[in-house]
Amino acid sequence: MTAETDTAPAALAVRRPGGRIDAALVTILAGALILWFAPVGMGRYGTYVLTLWLVMAIAVMGLNLTLGVAGLKSLAQAAFMGIGAYATGLLTAKMGLSWYPAFAISAVATFAVGLVVGFPALRVKAHYLAFVTLAFTSLVWLFLRNEQWLTGGTFGLPNIPRPTLLGTRLDDALSFHRFVVVVTAALTLMIWWLMRSPWGRAFLALRENPVRAASLGVDVRAYTLLAFAIGSAYGGMAGALYAPLVEFIDPSPFAISASFFLLLMVVAGGSGYLFGPFIGALLGVVLPEWLRFTGGLYLIIFAAIVLLLLIVCPKGVLGLAEQALGAVVRRFRRTS
Amino acid sequence: MSEFLAYLIVGIATGSIYALAAIGFTLVWQTSQTINFAQGEFVMLPAILVLLAVKLLGVPIPVAVLIGAAAFVLIFGVGFKRAIVDPMLPHGVLPLAIATMSLAIIMKEGAKDGFSAEAQSFPSPFAADTVSILGTAVSVQFIMIIVVAFASIAALQWFVTRTRTGRQMQAAAQNPNVARILGIPVERMVMLTFIINAALAALASFLISPIYLAKFSNGETIGLFAFIAAIVGGFNQVRGALLGGILVGIFDSLAAAYVSTSYRLAVPLALLVLIILLKPEGLIGRKEERHV
Amino acid sequence: MRNWIIGSALAALALASPVAAQEKVKLINVSELSGAGATAGTNWKNGIDLAVAEINAKGGIMGRQIEIVHYDTQTNPANTRAAVQRAIDEGTYAVLGPVFSGPIGASMQIAQRAEIAQFVGGEAANLTQQGNPYIFRTSLSQTAAMPKLAKALATDVKAKSVAVVWVNNDFGKGGRDAINAELAKVGIKVVADVSTEQGQADFAADAIKIKNANPDAVFAYLNEEESARFLRAARQQGIDKPIWGETTLLGAKVIELAGDAANGVKGHVGLSVDAPMNPLRDFGRKFRERFNYPSDHNGIKGYNAVYMIKWATEKQKKFDKKGVADTLRGATIKVSEEPGILMDTTILKNGDIDRESFLAEVKAGKQEIVAVLPPVGP
Repeated sequence: MTAETDTAPAALAVRRPGGRIDAALVTILAGALILWFAPVGMGRYGTYVLTLWLVMAIAVMGLNLTLGVAGLKSLAQAAFMGIGAYATGLLTAKMGLSWYPAFAISAVATFAVGLVVGFPALRVKAHYLAFVTLAFTSLVWLFLRNEQWLTGGTFGLPNIPRPTLLGTRLDDALSFHRFVVVVTAALTLMIWWLMRSPWGRAFLALRENPVRAASLGVDVRAYTLLAFAIGSAYGGMAGALYAPLVEFIDPSPFAISASFFLLLMVVAGGSGYLFGPFIGALLGVVLPEWLRFTGGLYLIIFAAIVLLLLIVCPKGVLGLAEQALGAVVRRFRRTS
Repeated sequence: MSEFLAYLIVGIATGSIYALAAIGFTLVWQTSQTINFAQGEFVMLPAILVLLAVKLLGVPIPVAVLIGAAAFVLIFGVGFKRAIVDPMLPHGVLPLAIATMSLAIIMKEGAKDGFSAEAQSFPSPFAADTVSILGTAVSVQFIMIIVVAFASIAALQWFVTRTRTGRQMQAAAQNPNVARILGIPVERMVMLTFIINAALAALASFLISPIYLAKFSNGETIGLFAFIAAIVGGFNQVRGALLGGILVGIFDSLAAAYVSTSYRLAVPLALLVLIILLKPEGLIGRKEERHV
Repeated sequence: MRNWIIGSALAALALASPVAAQEKVKLINVSELSGAGATAGTNWKNGIDLAVAEINAKGGIMGRQIEIVHYDTQTNPANTRAAVQRAIDEGTYAVLGPVFSGPIGASMQIAQRAEIAQFVGGEAANLTQQGNPYIFRTSLSQTAAMPKLAKALATDVKAKSVAVVWVNNDFGKGGRDAINAELAKVGIKVVADVSTEQGQADFAADAIKIKNANPDAVFAYLNEEESARFLRAARQQGIDKPIWGETTLLGAKVIELAGDAANGVKGHVGLSVDAPMNPLRDFGRKFRERFNYPSDHNGIKGYNAVYMIKWATEKQKKFDKKGVADTLRGATIKVSEEPGILMDTTILKNGDIDRESFLAEVKAGKQEIVAVLPPVGP
């Protein structure tokens, strides 16, 4: 069973220190700047879809850490998103708390739940972990649906307020979009920083070869658990943005099928790459919306594109890009 | 007590449906490490193809069943292996599993748009009678499903241990490299398992659809339960799939009866998680070796 | 050869241009075309398509052809919100859909902010209780139907105890909450309260549970194919008590799928193509001719929604988006004025509607109307 290692390609952080680190940093900052201005003239629909893309990208980023770095095939990410979304929704809509503490509570709560759920990850591996996390997602979904006194049940939780900044509520699409851009950039920078830190290097050693990492003194248990919990917290933070974005939540977007779909986004974008989640979420969120012009068959076209993409580049879009870049560089070196 | 028996009997009957879907799932995993997330859709589609053949070609049901089964085995046995599994398998388990998710969307949406968003009745090869087992009414259709599930396991077991091709298939599954050295046509053997999987799925489809109706969305529930059944049974054991399926069916039925209908899915899941934590290799599965 | 192609291209252009030049009215339908609500959403869409084709064939609304666009919600709140936002950005005259309450809840504020009328297929009671003046139902709400049912169970069946089996989504939960409250009012005890899953395949365990509770009657509130599966399982397990339901349980699709098991089922029917009224029957025939299957209540709702828009536009004599909502609030649409409404319909101030409904029974594989119930309001 070699699945743990073969799903983990190179380069979430950067192997060669120096030049490419700055490239990643520059990409994050430039991307944020472009996205800040991108929706101008786009209309509320286009802006909304862009924002939704970023929110999903945060959740995918978390799963990318769990899967691409720690090698854990988790089907729990949608549940963590749900916990974050409901925590934020309940705290702000029902208890009148401001969004900022609600966001922090969502992050801490999902981190803690991640520690508890991730613990079995140390006992079971591969598809058994998939099963344990699948069960967890189903249980969370059942709770959200059945406990109507708390969550609103199948009728959902309406009227979730948008956050306030400097005394004004971010009700219009553009200002909330810019708010999300800043949060997303900050969260991406955190992952970038994390992967450069000693922790990140331990994560990488763990991914490349867990057994060797253990013999070199990396505490495999602690680091696996930590990666899972941080990944879960990213799911929770994505949920905390999702709730005020849609201004309404019900249990359906946090069901098991959503967990599968998040996994699809990680792999299609390029598992283990820093920017893979953005490409993956672009495929998962923006592509189907864009394909609406094709009419009734748009979901089939979408799935066929993803299927073809995976057949052509099983390591995801960024995996293919890296391969292509590598080939070009080699040819260049050979000729020069 | 008779009440408990009644729940047990209907649990076994439902469980055998999950088992039938899970057998092919484990078979394909064994020979080529393919986790097929479209397995539920594999069980959904053949019945739709049959109804489509009736509608488009106007042929009688038995002919349509043959056409549907043949078309399905060709496209989703041979074609699935050639077009999706072969190019993706060298890149590991996960990309292929994700690809089968996309395939599931295509199959589901295709059945909806190409045929109907409505449930359709599907003719049963058996009488719609019920027989009384210890005071519980069990339909003949369910009994036939149980019989077929056990018979398929027995036939597979016989095929694998008693026939030359079957032994070659097993050797190809256990150690493809050695098998290749021994002159076993490994590729052909792997292809054979995909054909068997597609044929089993078609069989399951024709048995289940008269009871559950033919509908594009049927694969969601069946696929999830087949996945759970396969894991509980140990994933690499065809016999395990049968046990896993029936266990899930029984847990589900008893949960609905004695715990809570709105949390009925939670009970089998929670119990199975416990089993897995205590016995991570599955109920009768072998321990998998880990490569360094 | 080449001349022939150019010639026919020119001819096509010449034919197409007067249509293109003519002003159209754009309607966008946002409904559940995939995901858990796909069956309901597709029926709703087909009903809309039928109405649009009819209206366009007769010259459109005040001379303008309707241009209809369908967007899928995937039965997911985030996608619904995106689609409704897109519909409004693209200048839809009114929003049609969605059908499920969750997607409706996620999108109704957007239509409200844009001051555009939204015609929904949802039956959950809470939708019209939030003071949104732009939301309009296309069918009776559950709060309107359930008192009639509880009364019938108490007086006709003389039931003292009832088992309630329901599908655990917004539709089923809303119906279950409403009927349980009404049953309590008439002094009927709920002896079994059985929740089932959407897409559930097997109802044997549920049927045994109900049988063991030994109720005087069973009330089933499930989607189409689940209703059929439940009826079959109930008969197999030998439940011989009266089985009652609301609209869906007595629908043509359930009767077709359940076969003999549907015989004897009784209930309240809000919208039915089997009603003893010619406009409804004509609709049922036209729907079947076009789509090759019988329409359920969602098909009628979608059809009604388009005719409500047509009626309001012709009433206000202009294409004013906000005016559609203002015109409809509190209005009564009569079949004599607008045959497409199928039944005389009163639209209440909050967006609920009121009209006649039926008590029906399934006999020999056919829905038969037993009694016509008057509207609730004066």
